[in-house]
Amino acid sequence: MRHSVALTLKKCRGCTTCIKSCPTEAIRVRNGKATILPNRCIDCGTCIQVCPHQAVRSQRASVQDALKRFRYTIAVPDPALYAQFHNLNDVNIVLNGLLAIGFDDIYESAASAELLAAVMDAWEQGHAALRPELSPACPAVVRLICIRFPDLLGHLAPVITPVELAAILARRRAEEAGVPPEDIGVFSIVPCSSQVTSASAPNGLKERVVDGALAIRDVYLELLGPMRQLDPKELLPLAGGRTGTSWAFSGGEALSRRDKRYIAVDGIVNVIKMLEEIEDGRMPDADFIELRACTKGCLGGCLNVENPFTAKMRLKDLMGNMPPSHSPTAAARAEAVAILESTEKPEFLPTFQLDPDRRKAMEKMMAIQQLEERLPGLRCGSCGAPSCRAFAEDVVMGRASVDDCIFRVRERMQHEAVGADPDAYLPAPFRQRKVRTAAAGEEETL
Amino acid sequence: MQEEDRIHLSYQVEGGDLTHAGEASSGVKQTLRKLGIDPGTIRRVSVCMYEGEINMVIHANGGLAMVDVGMDDITITLTDYGPGIPDIDRAMQAGFSTAADSVRDLGFGAGMGLPNMKKYSDEMKIKSIVGVGTTVTMVVKIPS
Repeated sequence: MRHSVALTLKKCRGCTTCIKSCPTEAIRVRNGKATILPNRCIDCGTCIQVCPHQAVRSQRASVQDALKRFRYTIAVPDPALYAQFHNLNDVNIVLNGLLAIGFDDIYESAASAELLAAVMDAWEQGHAALRPELSPACPAVVRLICIRFPDLLGHLAPVITPVELAAILARRRAEEAGVPPEDIGVFSIVPCSSQVTSASAPNGLKERVVDGALAIRDVYLELLGPMRQLDPKELLPLAGGRTGTSWAFSGGEALSRRDKRYIAVDGIVNVIKMLEEIEDGRMPDADFIELRACTKGCLGGCLNVENPFTAKMRLKDLMGNMPPSHSPTAAARAEAVAILESTEKPEFLPTFQLDPDRRKAMEKMMAIQQLEERLPGLRCGSCGAPSCRAFAEDVVMGRASVDDCIFRVRERMQHEAVGADPDAYLPAPFRQRKVRTAAAGEEETL
Repeated sequence: MQEEDRIHLSYQVEGGDLTHAGEASSGVKQTLRKLGIDPGTIRRVSVCMYEGEINMVIHANGGLAMVDVGMDDITITLTDYGPGIPDIDRAMQAGFSTAADSVRDLGFGAGMGLPNMKKYSDEMKIKSIVGVGTTVTMVVKIPS
């Protein structure tokens, strides 16, 4: 798996905040620095949000480099971008601002979201999809399903994100207009690390369709000045409709599927709970489940500027001035369906498996259980693992030494303290037993 | 495979507390995934476990869920000291339930617990003595 989430070792102090919040237990602290187990990381960005030292980042392209790399550069902005600005009353100001800073064309991912919503019902009729249908729009959720809920892979709708569909269509539009293919660069403007990752490693497409991903917070800074200088009377009408724009917050995608009975789940912990329930056979009586790793949906992504709550209020204000949606033409629908047909089902990645040989895996599991019984179960994080179970597994898998557990070391010190009582190493007020003081040979009761 | 070569997992299921129902099932799933058991088998085990857990919570004031994993099968044993099942054949009928209305209002007690456990396991045995308790044993075979 490819990743965009990476650590800046210089900034990391090994504080263990991230290891405990990682939903897939993918982080360990080793030698005082956090490290990521690449097979387990789903790029959800939780660690980026919780790190008190800003030591975790999402590696992305720089805006200026992106604008220089190709002769014809297309921006594919996520609608979360529009919600970042104070006192904005027209999305066209943002989109024209993107043209002003050097992009040659814009294709809103909100527009392709509307197209997706419009064709999915038709697509379903031709395919025996499992109910409830699970949304593939959040790349972190799709990766989570690949490593932890493989039996639910069949519930996923065709795995393509609005950004990916927009990128494919935008490139075609440029080629049809006569731009040489090698001159075209498509850059997504995204709210989170998982979307940065999926730009270079899409979950359901054979090859990448985006040349690079830019963070909303980086583009925001570039846009502020130029946006103020735009003449409101000369704005090109580029903005799409409410329906697609609403995909930025939790529940927007589900609502755009019209007559579906839906559930919208946001926050990675809630997503895991919901998927566990479905796996246990507790099928919620829903046709469609929207799943977003971030709180409040994409507005809660780690690469935004504004908090998701204020952002949602702003986006709703902006949506008040928009048409409901741009009804796609029959030709556009047919083109979208053909793209959906070309997507691939992502595969199960057995990253939690202890050993490919089941007998060996069983032996390792037994060793893990034995060790775990002798650990304190405090989840203190001192060993660098998120839990005693994870630590026991690390030891058995050769990723840690038993001596990394401070309680095990203390236990050993107690046994090794020559001729002394097991409590001898404790300062006097904490001793619970009689201690023979070496000098006087007298007994002192504490 | 010898008895000592099997992996044992056990979970205390609290009675009357539906909010924690599913935790045992979740723990078992994680272990099975680490052993590399195929997703289909894991799902069958999780349905059996979850339905059994819910039964113990609703009807028996909790109990003990034990899971035993060997090379060829996964055996789930659910033991409770609840009221017992007077008529097992009737309890096995789809839709039959003695659950209280308060439980049904929460969406449980549809009378599908035991039928689902039978459907998703390869073997199921129920031993029950009224006033003493119930032991349900389910075997899910691991495809080779």
